[in-house]
Amino acid sequence: MYLDHAASTPMRPEAVDAMEPFLAMEFGNPSGGHRAAQAAKNALEEAREEVAELLGAMPAEIVFTAGGTEADNLAVKGAARAARSSGAGDGVVTARFEHKGVLASVDRLELDGFPVTRIDADADGIVALEQLAASLDARTAVVSLMLVNNEVGTIQPLDRAVELVRERSPRAVVHTDAVQAVPWLDVATATARADLVAISAHKFGGPKGIGALVVRGATPLEPLVEGGGQERGLRSGTSNVAGAVAMAAALRATVASRAVDASRIARLRDRLADGLLAAVPDAFENGDRRRKVAGNAHLGFRGVEAEALLVLLDVEGLFAAAGSSCSSGASEPSHVLEAMGVPRADALSSVRFSLGFASTDADVDAALQLVPRAVAQLRSAGVAA
Amino acid sequence: MSAERVLVAMSGGVDSSVAAALLRDQGHDVTGVTLKLWGGESDSGCCSVSDVEDARRVAAQLGIPHYVFNLADDFTRHVVDPYVEAFTNGSTPNPCVECNRAIKFGRLLERAQALGFDRLATGHHARVQRDGDAYRLCRGVDSAKDQSYVLYMLGQPTLARTWFPVGELTKAEVRARAAALGLRTADKPESMDVCFIQRGQRTAFIGARANTASGAVVDTAGAVVGHHDGIDRFTVGQRRGLGVATGERRYVVDIDAARATVTIGSRTDLLRPFVELRELSFVDARPSGAPLLAQVRAHGEPFEANLDGTRVIFAARQPRVAPGQVVALYDGESLVAGGIAI
Repeated sequence: MYLDHAASTPMRPEAVDAMEPFLAMEFGNPSGGHRAAQAAKNALEEAREEVAELLGAMPAEIVFTAGGTEADNLAVKGAARAARSSGAGDGVVTARFEHKGVLASVDRLELDGFPVTRIDADADGIVALEQLAASLDARTAVVSLMLVNNEVGTIQPLDRAVELVRERSPRAVVHTDAVQAVPWLDVATATARADLVAISAHKFGGPKGIGALVVRGATPLEPLVEGGGQERGLRSGTSNVAGAVAMAAALRATVASRAVDASRIARLRDRLADGLLAAVPDAFENGDRRRKVAGNAHLGFRGVEAEALLVLLDVEGLFAAAGSSCSSGASEPSHVLEAMGVPRADALSSVRFSLGFASTDADVDAALQLVPRAVAQLRSAGVAA
Repeated sequence: MSAERVLVAMSGGVDSSVAAALLRDQGHDVTGVTLKLWGGESDSGCCSVSDVEDARRVAAQLGIPHYVFNLADDFTRHVVDPYVEAFTNGSTPNPCVECNRAIKFGRLLERAQALGFDRLATGHHARVQRDGDAYRLCRGVDSAKDQSYVLYMLGQPTLARTWFPVGELTKAEVRARAAALGLRTADKPESMDVCFIQRGQRTAFIGARANTASGAVVDTAGAVVGHHDGIDRFTVGQRRGLGVATGERRYVVDIDAARATVTIGSRTDLLRPFVELRELSFVDARPSGAPLLAQVRAHGEPFEANLDGTRVIFAARQPRVAPGQVVALYDGESLVAGGIAI
């Protein structure tokens, strides 16, 4: 029972099929001139066109990266450094509950002397727009706000945020981390408003190690990785052809079935969340469900340590997550819940169940059996969170 | 022995790797766990990733499940903060002891029970022996590696649920076993320092977390003979680095935190007839009045002593035990009691 789609999804068969020829047969370097190279180059550019179309952008606006974190780094650091170099301001504004790819980039900029403002979220999991408004001025160079929060799944008011930025900081570049949005929302609506949009293939049935940054129009960016000048000079290095082709296929499949998947999964999610809230005493929900994407159920069980609960569920073959992942495999107390003002004890009792295109009624049935039993076991052992 | 569900604390070192392997080979249902105890975002960004990785890879090689528990909050509260505070109070703490007390045989054991494990095992060099209805805590077979001293606080309920599989082996046998199994940790060097402080950085670590007043160095008559930059740099019994030039060997004989004063004296000034203990605990019943062996350092030579109330009376006068250090009392090979020197 895999209920951790926000961490990664299984690959869609379309994506596996699409990348296979480029792993085995069509191995040419797309930067070369011979026919083997040309075949790879053509595939790369076709993938670029397809991704662009599905995201509502022009092909020349797609920069392939090694994933969402790299896209976030390129966007935030690249835009801030370009702005400072050209005298177009240096203020950086972001939210405390962003993905670490954004937060760490902003931390780095702060060390480099950029003035940084980090705004809070409310208890529903929505960014505090009045704080955003108060943070914006003529000096603001970059505003980075995610489209969907990776832990609690809440959809952020990007439209209103962009309006505020355009009104108060006309020179500022707006970046949105849309990594968690692709399976659920039409990201083209974000592309229409933001200057920079990050996506990552493995969150929607593509492979790990490939993502993209949509760079609208002539948004000034300083590259992070320099070399042979691939990706319009914004991301040098031999292109990940197989990854790009697979990402395009996964995105096509995702967009084609998105509406149907989202309504089916929302029903599964509601059955899971409502079922657990009803079956487990002293359970609670993080984030306002009406403002979440369909796949997210973020639930807490008072008096139970999420870390221990996840072990019991893992033993039974049910995979979920808590907090934000760390390279060691330990879970860190969630900075997202902290930004929302959730008490630490509640945060440490909270688990994210994230459903995706591969989720079934059987997964939910199993979770509805296993979770209440595991919670009861831990509570009877009297290990308080 | 019937198969039991055992949780093995795997540090990523060779001892706990072999502990897990031995239990698996005995037919137990073994799960490994590595604790993330230190290294928040302010430090390296994450935990000691390579140690966790070693533990995870060993577990995979042994075919046992492995998890990581983040007990960093508890570790800070029960180990690191008291460690810093102790130095500012002029005492010399043993953080491994507090980690064993509060973390490994506290929070982790509690969690192991909640998760339905029958036992907790670690890679400590010590032995738990059944003696009728009681459990005895004995020195490890390899006396040079014996760690019973840092486990003095374990009582009967804990020992009943604890195994130390490598306590029956010498360190050389442990390494040979690891090599025979092809474990990646077979040749891994031992960790010798305080795990949350980089080598040689203790003063900086404490200085960043507490105010450490400078003050006077005085002789036993109270005459000022020098100055120091912080009492945290001194330990009772210390001989080197006193910053005072005298004709004969001088030792720290007392640290007065309230006045930020360090008193130095001769070796004779350092000798004491007894030490008073706090946190006194017994492995089983309070020992009878028969003479015991006291050990006052991790690998210190034991000497004869008696326990009287909370006081350990030395058969012959001994250099003063630094406040904060563990005094463990043995009856032969068995640890019977212990406490923290006041």
